[in-house]
Amino acid sequence: MPVKTHQVTIVRSSDAATEFEVPAHDNQTVLDVVSWIQQYADPTLSYRFACRVGMCGSCAMTVNGVPRWTCRTHISKVLQDGAVEIGPLRNLPVVKDLTVDMDPFFDKWIAAEGVHHESRTRHDDIAPIDASDPARVEASAGIECINCAVCYAACDTVTANDSYLGPAALQRGWTLLNDAKDAGHDAILEAVSGTGGCHNCHSMGSCTALCPNELDPMSAIAGLKRETAKSFFKRRR
Amino acid sequence: MLTLRLYMLQRITALVMAPLVLLHLGVMIYAIQGGLSAEEILGRTQGSALWFAIYATFTLSIAIHGAIGLRAIAAEWGGFRGYGLEALMWVTGAFLLGLGLRAVWAVTYGAAP
Repeated sequence: MPVKTHQVTIVRSSDAATEFEVPAHDNQTVLDVVSWIQQYADPTLSYRFACRVGMCGSCAMTVNGVPRWTCRTHISKVLQDGAVEIGPLRNLPVVKDLTVDMDPFFDKWIAAEGVHHESRTRHDDIAPIDASDPARVEASAGIECINCAVCYAACDTVTANDSYLGPAALQRGWTLLNDAKDAGHDAILEAVSGTGGCHNCHSMGSCTALCPNELDPMSAIAGLKRETAKSFFKRRR
Repeated sequence: MLTLRLYMLQRITALVMAPLVLLHLGVMIYAIQGGLSAEEILGRTQGSALWFAIYATFTLSIAIHGAIGLRAIAAEWGGFRGYGLEALMWVTGAFLLGLGLRAVWAVTYGAAP
């Protein structure tokens, strides 16, 4: 009996696309397909993954033109007439094949003040957190981000404006702004008000539509717009 | 390419324009009842501080709002950056403001034709 296969096109960094015929299996993920190619067809294929269970955020790729986490995407869901095209993430420099340089993504994470701003020392008590507090609800909504850069690759504003901080970094800024344990309120508002700040967002919503963890960066950015607008009138900047 | 300051200027001018657009359209519909003539329009506007204030405010808002909007489009679709982008915004704003204020002046305090 002939083995059922998928027609897989890999977009390579050498400007050439390579075609592979990959044996089909039940419960096969896109990452399984890429791994099969690297192990059995072309050992020179470069790609990145680590946990395989949707926690580490390292395996995101462009699948049929859409950024996805490949370890949790079943190939059966994305096949079109038995074929699929897999390429590197958009909006980031390609290192080789399916591997992109994540530096700009994380540099912008820092630029948006996505870092801890200490509010207490080790000699103080731990700040009590009320899980039902409205600000805490906002903060909790964004903490499951795994830094996979799917939203960053999906964002047309990032494509058009290289200084734009992007959905993930701005969402982290919004999360920390609402975190009672973080003292970076003013620094965050300042960081997201510049040339690449939250005001460049056109609310197209690809980030929210494609986030694999079903987070809502678009609403987080809208929150930053509201808070910066309030600070505009308060500080008369 | 938008900063908080530009964003707020664009939003505030939008708030200013919203009622003025409705007023502008309302007056247009009212004014053409029974025909449209230059005499009728000028009869209403000439020497009127109120019409001057309304349309000067409208024109200023349009110039600011439009120039900032065009700036975003020029940056994202046209690849404009740096001084070129700033120059485009200021020239567009000044051009719109100049044209608009010239017309407003002409129908309020300018010499009658």
